[in-house]
Amino acid sequence: METVSFILFSFLGALVMVGSIGTVWSRNPVTSALFLVLNFFALGGIYLLLEAQFIAVVQVIVYAGAIMVLFLFTIMLLNLDDEQALKEKFDLQKGFGILLGGVLLVEVLYILGLKINLPQKSTTLTPVEIGEAKNIGRELITNFLFPFEIVSILLLLAVVGAIVLAKKNFSPNT
Amino acid sequence: MKPLALLVPDALTATAVPVQAENSWVKAFESLEVFGVPVGIFAIPAIPLVFIALYALYVGVYGERKVSAFMQDRIGPNETGKWGLLQTIADILKLIQKEDIVPIAADKPLFVLGPLIIFVGAFAAYAVLPFSSEFIGADLNVGVFYAVSIVSVEAVGILMCGWGSNNKWSLFGAVRSVAQVVSYEIPASIAILVGVMMAGSLSMQKIVMSQSGELGILHYAVFQSPVAWIAMIIYFIAALAECNRAPFDIPEAESELVSGYFTEYGGMKFAMIFLAEYASMFMTSVILSVLFLGGWNSPLPNIGGVALNDWTSGPVWGAFWIILKGFFFVIVMMWVRWTFPRFRVDQLMYLCWKVLTPIALLIFVFAAVWELYVR
Amino acid sequence: MPEIGLNHFLVLSAILFSLGLFGIMTRRNAVVVLMGVELILNAANLNLVAFSKFNGTMSGVMFSMFGIILAAAEAAVALAIVLNIYARFKTVDIGEIDTMRE
Repeated sequence: METVSFILFSFLGALVMVGSIGTVWSRNPVTSALFLVLNFFALGGIYLLLEAQFIAVVQVIVYAGAIMVLFLFTIMLLNLDDEQALKEKFDLQKGFGILLGGVLLVEVLYILGLKINLPQKSTTLTPVEIGEAKNIGRELITNFLFPFEIVSILLLLAVVGAIVLAKKNFSPNT
Repeated sequence: MKPLALLVPDALTATAVPVQAENSWVKAFESLEVFGVPVGIFAIPAIPLVFIALYALYVGVYGERKVSAFMQDRIGPNETGKWGLLQTIADILKLIQKEDIVPIAADKPLFVLGPLIIFVGAFAAYAVLPFSSEFIGADLNVGVFYAVSIVSVEAVGILMCGWGSNNKWSLFGAVRSVAQVVSYEIPASIAILVGVMMAGSLSMQKIVMSQSGELGILHYAVFQSPVAWIAMIIYFIAALAECNRAPFDIPEAESELVSGYFTEYGGMKFAMIFLAEYASMFMTSVILSVLFLGGWNSPLPNIGGVALNDWTSGPVWGAFWIILKGFFFVIVMMWVRWTFPRFRVDQLMYLCWKVLTPIALLIFVFAAVWELYVR
Repeated sequence: MPEIGLNHFLVLSAILFSLGLFGIMTRRNAVVVLMGVELILNAANLNLVAFSKFNGTMSGVMFSMFGIILAAAEAAVALAIVLNIYARFKTVDIGEIDTMRE
């Protein structure tokens, strides 16, 4: 069983990395977006490995189904493909980006290397129960009721904001 | 069950023992090994795949041609084989022989991957369809939700097809199609939630089990709540739109867009997109019958000593009933296709956002109140 | 074969975060920059879910749910803004959009 989960983790982890490297490196935004879809799918698989079935499905439906469709739609509406004027040259900014990303990565890996132990299991919930829709629903309307309401307002604001911004003649003070 | 009890004598509602789904066939397959190779694991997904192929051949293509011929007072295929039964095989042979063309201007990886993703999206949902009380690919505790989410992946495949073809009709078709699929997911999901709420579970087998009983059809969710039938109709309309079937076949409207996002496709790639369409038709039909029409439960009631329900229940009967229900809705979809004219693109969006979604939300609230205080 | 523990997931998440940061720092295309933001949000979610599993509490899963919702809202509004920027400046190169500086 451990061997199976190790192989699965390595495979999905490799897919996640390929997906994210492809996203940040590829020149064509459409290719970037499709690598990102791959990344999201592999992450969904990793959530399944963590026995969070509900989160895995939410990941697929929200990211791969909705957010990526939005991204692809925007890219196609802007028709960025024939606009290669956005030259991504290797300049100071890129060097700085590599430096900062690399330093951060090393730092985080170093901290992980210290092997800080988490507080041990504080509940009797099994990992499968944590990922179940029933328990998530119960938490949402008990302990997390306030964040739940706030998030619903946030979503409403996002909908209203997106509609206002997407109106054809949106022009502040002109 | 209160309203039901008023309608029928007490003797009929006594001792209703729900059927338990054991998934024993799947377990038997899982442990099947030949020379230490776990063949059974591969057999479980292969069974729905073979089923899709046979169904698409006979109920899909042949059935659609015969239904359309009947609606238009024609005979339909009748030359190849008895009653034209071999016509679809001849069609498949023709499609296989065709040259596999990739247009020069096309974006090759996207063009090739697009149909695959569309088919995988349609086929992956079959993993959670309960074909019988003993056979379901994976009895996930988020089954219905999984089916809804994996179908939305088709949208990415459609965009890849449309963009990769590098053809303006394809791109228009893809953009329209994706807008349609994404919008209709909302009323469809709310309608599904009504069914899920009545069963109290997201697992397909549990939803079906909650609708079994001695009275057959009267235990079905659609008769358990005064608004469930509205949710069922909303889901059916949304399913038509999600499968891009007429009257919502705007993405492939021949008179406007040649044939939408698959204009440039031919041969096996076209066959794959075609197969995915029929596969998702059956898939949505099965989800509809699982949520509202009892899945693999027999519709016949026990009447006194004539135990019709007991006689027509069991694993094999279950497979018969659910496939029959699925085929029934597939035929209804064909009937609708050859009856109604196509919607315009703005009418389609109007129907989704200003008619179906508000009605679905109202029904959702009403169904919740009904579940809490009446049933 | 080593057992998959918490640290494996944290390392994966750290790599994902760094790649997202790299994308934000280096790319000029606003849409791809937003994709980098999505990568970073995903890294955070992965951390939260992993903590939840290895600690045995619900909080991590709940917060990652809120994180996903936040990402959806952010993507919708941000992409609408990108469309507006394109309508006004005829480009989505974030190096060229500098009217605030003048």
